[in-house]
Amino acid sequence: MTQNPYLWLIPVLPLAGATINGILGRRSSRTAITTIALVFPGIAFLLALWIASGFSSASAPYYFDMAHWIRAGNFQADFSFYLDQLSLVMLLVVTGVGFLIHIYSVGYMAEDDGYYRFMSYLNLFMFFMLTLILAKNYLLMFIGWEGVGLASYLLIGFWFIKDSAASAGKKAFITNRIGDFGFMIALFLMIKHFGTLDFTKVFAQVATQPTELAGVGLLTSIGLMLMVGAAGKSAQIPLYVWLPDAMEGPTPVSALIHAATMVTAGVYMVARSHVIFEHAPGALTVVAVIGTLTAFFAATIGIAQTDIKKVLAYSTVSQLGYMFMACGAAAFSAGIFHLMTHAFFKGLLFLAAGSVIHGVGGEQDMRKMGGLRKYMPVTFWTMAIATVAIAGIPPFAGFWSKDEILWKAFNANWIYWLIGIVTAFITSFYMFRLLYMTFFGEYRGAAPSDSHGHGDHGDSHGHGHGEPHESPWVMLGPLVVLATLSVVGGFVGYQNRFEHFLDPVFNAGVSETAHEVAEGSASTEHLLMGISIAVAFLGWGLAYWLYYKRRDLPEKIAASLGGLYDAVVHKYYIDELYASLLIKPLVDGSTAILWKGVDQGVIDATVNGAAAEARHVSDVTRHMQSGNLRSYAGWVAAGGAAVIAYMVWMGVR
Amino acid sequence: MIPLYYYLILSGILFVCGVLGFLIKRNIITIFMSIELMLNGVNLSFVAFAAHWHALSGQIFVFFVMVVAAAEAAVGLAIIIAVYRTRETLNVDQVNLLKL
Amino acid sequence: MHLILFLFFGGICVAGAVNLLLQRHPINSALSLVVVMASLAGEYLLLGAEFLSAIQVIVYAGAIMVLFIFTIMLLNAGEEERSGGSHIALLVGVPGVVIGSVLVAWVLLRHSDTGSVSMFALPGYPHDIAQLLFHDFLLPFEVTSILILIAIMGAVVLASKPESIAERHEESEKKEVPELVGAGRDRR
Repeated sequence: MTQNPYLWLIPVLPLAGATINGILGRRSSRTAITTIALVFPGIAFLLALWIASGFSSASAPYYFDMAHWIRAGNFQADFSFYLDQLSLVMLLVVTGVGFLIHIYSVGYMAEDDGYYRFMSYLNLFMFFMLTLILAKNYLLMFIGWEGVGLASYLLIGFWFIKDSAASAGKKAFITNRIGDFGFMIALFLMIKHFGTLDFTKVFAQVATQPTELAGVGLLTSIGLMLMVGAAGKSAQIPLYVWLPDAMEGPTPVSALIHAATMVTAGVYMVARSHVIFEHAPGALTVVAVIGTLTAFFAATIGIAQTDIKKVLAYSTVSQLGYMFMACGAAAFSAGIFHLMTHAFFKGLLFLAAGSVIHGVGGEQDMRKMGGLRKYMPVTFWTMAIATVAIAGIPPFAGFWSKDEILWKAFNANWIYWLIGIVTAFITSFYMFRLLYMTFFGEYRGAAPSDSHGHGDHGDSHGHGHGEPHESPWVMLGPLVVLATLSVVGGFVGYQNRFEHFLDPVFNAGVSETAHEVAEGSASTEHLLMGISIAVAFLGWGLAYWLYYKRRDLPEKIAASLGGLYDAVVHKYYIDELYASLLIKPLVDGSTAILWKGVDQGVIDATVNGAAAEARHVSDVTRHMQSGNLRSYAGWVAAGGAAVIAYMVWMGVR
Repeated sequence: MIPLYYYLILSGILFVCGVLGFLIKRNIITIFMSIELMLNGVNLSFVAFAAHWHALSGQIFVFFVMVVAAAEAAVGLAIIIAVYRTRETLNVDQVNLLKL
Repeated sequence: MHLILFLFFGGICVAGAVNLLLQRHPINSALSLVVVMASLAGEYLLLGAEFLSAIQVIVYAGAIMVLFIFTIMLLNAGEEERSGGSHIALLVGVPGVVIGSVLVAWVLLRHSDTGSVSMFALPGYPHDIAQLLFHDFLLPFEVTSILILIAIMGAVVLASKPESIAERHEESEKKEVPELVGAGRDRR
């Protein structure tokens, strides 16, 4: 462990940008705001690159103790930063993709009145995310964890005047909070049993513990609670419900937070805590099961969605499921690899979708798009590259990472692989469906003169420009960069180079794992690779047939499926289920017990009752002052007698 | 030679009569006179104690009590006259405006 | 001898006091009170306080009671009416008085062996009284003179006709009273 005194700059620079823009932004010019908003994350990105270039596995990991924080008895938690190979990967992804999305937002939010606010929030998010990644102990990570939740809330509800946006922000924050509660329980367990939250110290203590093969012991509990936190943050079952609603936010937000970085915090946290999970196979199984089920479940919902951003949202949930499936199969490096490539192509997909929405004047319904290929060529080609990447077609990035996951999952349990393969088919299908519906065929959107009417639709990007048009280069530039990364980004996994790079993190110091992954033969690997490629092409073919060749078929199929199709379109009515099962009883119980019972019945009653009692007592006592002289004299005489009696009694004693 | 407590009992009887008069009577002036009766009773006990202890300052105190009683009587009667002017009655039960 | 005289004067005293309670017309009560004063003067003489008994007759019976009788005649006070009056006074006050007096009597009788007083026990030489009054108790003496002055002024103001005072203080009242009255009403 060597010290690196520049680590603290990386999170703090965006914080400075956020503060300056937040305080001074309202009265600053657009140029000033843009400069501040881009310079600080830009410097952070350059710093990250510089550290990466000077990174050597020999001197890793780097650390930096910035300041004392908590000293309570034996417990200690400080503001300390930590950089190892895992953090480095996350760091480069977050700063790089984040910076690109900052540039994109300059163009996307150019006409918005809250421009300075948006840039300030974006920088704030960068600060929290970087704190999360670079933290050396769970407590600082938790600060970043909560902070990105806060930034997410602020940004989802950016157009807070719209009710749906404000509600979506609340939904995201509250669902996150439920996950945070699980995270906190895990932290408490760690404090109680390990006495510290520092990564190195905790993992050292965990490593000395025996692996829990049966039952639910301490480590399994910690693992499960951590998974609850991750399920909240990374939108897994059962806490995924906020992510589709989060599409109310501006598209750069969806790209940055809900595709590339924030939702991956859960995966990062699970990967960071791999020591705990490896000693608790039960928890690891739970992780894998949740991931697999979520991947499949979300993919099925994505088939029937008509809002372009909602399709991408469910796709994100599904891909996150893949990452958790990988972690659950103890293939943490595969999960991180997919995290990285996913950041590239999903970020690109969202940004391109934003470009599409911008171009058609705010419309987000794919049924009203079509044939945009000739209006927006750059957008089309970048989005096509991203679609091919996410479908898992070689040699694009998605293929390498997804295939790695499927291979490792197969080695863990073939059922994971089977579900993963089916999900890959569905993924390919709905992504190409999106592509065909949006860019091919005839333009089904409103006539040019009607575009004015869509002025405040969705992202409020109605210029009423008439025909769909291409976006400015400030928006297209990041698209091209990300497309390039989607193409070449997978090659770092060639011949397991990526995995070896992360080896010191995941395989060092772990002497025994009960969850030993038996490596299959190379031929099996190639066979499975072939199957996944075939499946990807199958999905493409099906989408091509249904949405390009025979456009009438989807409706007929939907009609014949009837109730099943309805359920899928309505997201299996999960939101309604939660509302009736959890939310309504809670609200009713709260109203009846806490509001009417405690607040009104006890607290208000006590206070009002005391006041009423005082009134009653004084009501009774005021009759003493009757204005009648003789009664006063009577009271005086009685009082005098009492005093005399008291004095006599005292004298007699 | 009379035991001291004879005087004190006499003084007490006077005082009690004064208080009873204050409570029972309805005429303001009579009530006022009962107050004077009370004062006199107290004067008597002062003088009795002064004689018991052969201390002259008891007499002086009685002197001052008398002076104060005189001043009080003057002012009190002036008030009674003022009350009579406004309320046209000397019945103490009808002077009861100072009530809640 | 002492006892007979004491009982004589004491009896008159008590009779006068009880008569004050029983009479209905205030003038009768006033005259009974004069009798009480006179008998008390006799008691003081018995104890040897000649100065005090003289003062008692001159000031109390001669000035204060005269003032009372003046007032009774001025206001033309009649017999007392039987009005309802206060229940409290009778229900609470009288028992209180009774209890108090019983207690005091009991205390006195328990300590009946305190001591005795002899006839003419007090030396009443004016020289000694003057020494006390004008030397040791000079300050209270002067203060009481101021008290009397204030009482005179108060009595004059209170008893005078309201209009004459109103005319004199018209202007100052017009300034002062509205502020005083308004301070309470105008506060929001």
